[in-house]
Amino acid sequence: MKLTLKIWRQRLPKEKGKFETYYIENVSRDMTFLEMMDSLNEKLIQEDKDPVAFDHDCREGICGCCSMVINGRPHGPGTEITTCQLNMKAFKDGDTIVVEPWRVKSFPVIKDLIVDRSAFEKIMAAGGFVNADVGSAPDANSIKIPKDKSDEAFDAAACIGCGACVAACKNSSAMLFVAAKVSQFALLPQGKTEGLKRAWDMVMKMDELGFGSCTNTGDCEAECPQGISLTHIARLNREFIRAGFHKAAAENK
Amino acid sequence: MSNFIQSSIGKKFIMSITGLFLILFLLVHLAVNSMIVFDSSGELFNNAAHFMTTNPIIKIVEPILAAGLIIHLWWASMITLQNQIKRDNNNIGFKRYKIRKNNSTSKWVSRNMYILGTLIIVFLVIHLANFFWKMKFTGDPLLAHDSNGVENAYALVTSAFISWKWIVALYVVGAIALGLHLYHGVWSAFQTLGWSNKKWRRIFNGFGIFVSIILGGGFAFIPLFVMIKSMI
Amino acid sequence: MTVLNSKIPDGPLSEKWTNHKNSLKLVSPANKKKLDIIMIGTGVAGAAAAASLGEMGYNVKVFCYQDSPRRAHSVAAQGGINAAKNYRNDNDSVYRLFYDMIKGGDFRAREANVYRDAEVSNAVIDQLVAQGVPFAREYGGDLTTRSFGGVQVSRTFYAQGQTGQQVLLGSYNALKRQEAKGTVKMYPRRQMLEIVKIDGKARGIVCRNLINGEIERYSAHAVVLASGGYGTIYFLSTLAVNSSGAAAYAAYKKGAFFANPSFIQIHPSCIPQLNDYQSKLTLMSESLRNDGRVWVPKGKGDKRHPNEISAEERDYYLERRYPAFGNLVPRDIASRAAKERCDAGFGVGETGYAVYLDFSDAIKAQGKKTIKNKYGNLFDLYNKITGEDPYTQPMKIYPAGHYTMGGLWVDYNLMTTVPGLYAIGEANFSDHGANRLGASSLMQGSCDGYFILPYTIGDYLADEINTGKISTDTTEFDLAEKEVKNKIDNLMSIKGNTSAHTFHKKLGKIMWDYCGMARNENGLLKGLEEVTKLEEEFYKDLKITGDTKTINQSLERALRLAASFEISRLLIRDALNRKESCGAHFREEYQTPEGEALRNDEDYSYVAVWEYTGDGKEPKLHKEQLVFENVKVTQRSYK
Repeated sequence: MKLTLKIWRQRLPKEKGKFETYYIENVSRDMTFLEMMDSLNEKLIQEDKDPVAFDHDCREGICGCCSMVINGRPHGPGTEITTCQLNMKAFKDGDTIVVEPWRVKSFPVIKDLIVDRSAFEKIMAAGGFVNADVGSAPDANSIKIPKDKSDEAFDAAACIGCGACVAACKNSSAMLFVAAKVSQFALLPQGKTEGLKRAWDMVMKMDELGFGSCTNTGDCEAECPQGISLTHIARLNREFIRAGFHKAAAENK
Repeated sequence: MSNFIQSSIGKKFIMSITGLFLILFLLVHLAVNSMIVFDSSGELFNNAAHFMTTNPIIKIVEPILAAGLIIHLWWASMITLQNQIKRDNNNIGFKRYKIRKNNSTSKWVSRNMYILGTLIIVFLVIHLANFFWKMKFTGDPLLAHDSNGVENAYALVTSAFISWKWIVALYVVGAIALGLHLYHGVWSAFQTLGWSNKKWRRIFNGFGIFVSIILGGGFAFIPLFVMIKSMI
Repeated sequence: MTVLNSKIPDGPLSEKWTNHKNSLKLVSPANKKKLDIIMIGTGVAGAAAAASLGEMGYNVKVFCYQDSPRRAHSVAAQGGINAAKNYRNDNDSVYRLFYDMIKGGDFRAREANVYRDAEVSNAVIDQLVAQGVPFAREYGGDLTTRSFGGVQVSRTFYAQGQTGQQVLLGSYNALKRQEAKGTVKMYPRRQMLEIVKIDGKARGIVCRNLINGEIERYSAHAVVLASGGYGTIYFLSTLAVNSSGAAAYAAYKKGAFFANPSFIQIHPSCIPQLNDYQSKLTLMSESLRNDGRVWVPKGKGDKRHPNEISAEERDYYLERRYPAFGNLVPRDIASRAAKERCDAGFGVGETGYAVYLDFSDAIKAQGKKTIKNKYGNLFDLYNKITGEDPYTQPMKIYPAGHYTMGGLWVDYNLMTTVPGLYAIGEANFSDHGANRLGASSLMQGSCDGYFILPYTIGDYLADEINTGKISTDTTEFDLAEKEVKNKIDNLMSIKGNTSAHTFHKKLGKIMWDYCGMARNENGLLKGLEEVTKLEEEFYKDLKITGDTKTINQSLERALRLAASFEISRLLIRDALNRKESCGAHFREEYQTPEGEALRNDEDYSYVAVWEYTGDGKEPKLHKEQLVFENVKVTQRSYK
């Protein structure tokens, strides 16, 4: 296949970036999108140009490094896949493909297609954990958890932290990401004890870091490589609203 | 509590509460309006309208309703504006991504609630000027009182729909905008309030569609009904 | 022999760890605050250790090359994590888990270390559950388990096919908790390039900030390497493309001995290579062999669609050869058996280098729903990559490089031969012998991280409480920084014609061909020669474009690759030295008439430990003799 690629190039965080056009031939339909990018980079190196920088690591859809918007969709066409799992079969000979980084105010571009997702780290540090000291745990089977709850918690816990939800959201809201963690722990007895505080702290941190608010459009759910459901956002809302009322009640005491 | 209201979810909470409250009003409003269809003499509608304008409870609810509407509007504007500026990291300008999604992953309605809301507001202003303002403040010859002091609202409403076709068109457009707004809004409100889960998500979705068809369809049907009846 | 002191405590096996813990020195809470620890890597071992050490009150500085600790490659472990809980009442015990690991490792692991892992494993499961890791459960609410290769009990806890992700996120969350408390400081997007030694002790590191290219110095009272394995020397492997043994190799060059480098596991069930551009092979979890049956056609070169081949025409070769364990033989055996069939011309797929993993019988017996419940996401993953539906036709699988049992030599305290330098998880050599059993890497990483290192490191740090802050403004740091800068300048100034990516591919091919699943003396010698040749070419013809002041992934890769060449040579040397077959190390010259690995316990029952003696010089071999007091060393049999 022959392809035309329009790729966002930006050397430094503060510098102005622009789209560069590249032509690439001999693209096999069996390649993954990142392997196509590898071969483009080979070509750029041969032409003495700086290869396109992009985050990637495991290349099997689980590390969450991938951060490309391909033809306007995070992780490109297809559902429940990451960019590294995107097959070139999804494109036709002669196609023009536009590749951009996540465009989110809270995820500044570092270089080319690499963005700074440390905002997610800060949200997690605000409450994305269970306070369980090492060595103090009771026997694992002393906590019984119904299978359906446990399974639903797993569905939420499957989040890979890639940020496609934010990139897809017209409001740049990080609600699905936050909801995945809050919901996972809200469903489990281990996490319930501090559930309200967690929801409150994580949402407050999310707001502080400049993510938008959720308007329930569902783009995040559609683009999530792990297919994490909007119902987890509902659970987050529930927890947060309850936390709000608890706080108000405590203030009035 | 102020923290709560200023938080992203808190703002949406307010939107949901006010939104659901406005839907309640709309349901009552539609119920009253439907009298136009059921009684061609207009007596039923006139009595109902009279009851609504004079009833003390309604008198109390009216300012709350206005407040609800204003809060709904104000918050919507704030949220929309704030969300807009959180989108982009640099340059690029108005268009966030170079290519628009070719196969969109969300419904157009859900992404354009503010535009639909604006349409509804424009309609609302005209609607208020047409009927509410006249009934409440300026009066109109068509509203001539009967012996019991009941205004002839029926005459005012039907004459407008019969004599000006563009008003009918406007009302239909307004009703459709409202229907679309509710198509996403009802479900969204329940979702924001945290009432949705795996099972209830579908139920709320269905309920949202049902409400949007009833209200959107109902409000569109009445002017059309009056107009078509006059033409036959 | 005197240089290696494994510090294995005396006493009966089952009491060693308890006694040892009681004899370890302690550091008081007030003194812990004064001590810094550097952690390299944030996989299950690194994140767990950093979180636990932070929780104890130490100051921990954590480094990783990704943008977040959650992306470390432990995330990709699929199948599960072992523990001797005996929840299934199948007569499992700490001893059995220990014995299975020793036997699975073909009697090339240290008894005491393995036993300790088995002993601690139960506490790990407790800890993970307390952290909210959503392991699979029965309808009654209890944890459920499944079976894994080389084992006749069901002791593997799992979270669908994403157990590694969930276990890692458990420790990642704990790490975040400590970060919020201020005991842990994260340094992401850093590539560790040099260990700094002061007065013989590990005192810090020099690393490159991948965002702006700055060379940075960090000091600490102890340095812990949790940097994983070096399986990417095969280029195509199940590892993350940026994983490498470069950090461990830097330690080796600074005096940490390297043990058993040739013990590298080839995982039997990976999706076969589809084309030449491929950058990575995807694992299909070993758990699939619980229900999947492995077969090839009985007729050579049978190109019919698998569903058209009748049961009588199929050769279920694992069940035929190993009736007792059937499809659940250990990985090394399953891998070699697949290679044997394919080499003999019975392989399937376009290349003839694949075998079938068939679920039709399991689906018939248990129903599609049950199978979907167990393996749904793995089936989806397979379908995504190959476009074939495993529910209706068998999967095609083939072995690929996966895990390195070898690594930095450590004593019972997990300390390398450099005082103050520790190695945990896959980066060390200690627990898996010549072959790792499935689901025991998450176990070992977690054991090391949560329960072993946090205790043993105190024994060393207890003597450091009066050291005070360590300055980075010393000649040792100056030198290390200069070395790193020179290295980078060197690579940048070659300005040849070939990219690091291409060199890596070539290296991978050499290593796979000459030092892969089966090895022989001639091949190894040829491989050594080719690697050396390629390395020379690398330093003449490497081409890196871009600059060193912004993100430069070609440079990062070249720096890793420079180490990979040297590791490859060390690996081949070790393989040459070990004139026996054991576990994953299969020398064609040493096999039984049935083609099984033939061990030579008389001459090779030792850990081969290599000491760096200088560039271009032969490394020096030390031997740690393995003593088996609690198990009878036998020919491994899964028949």
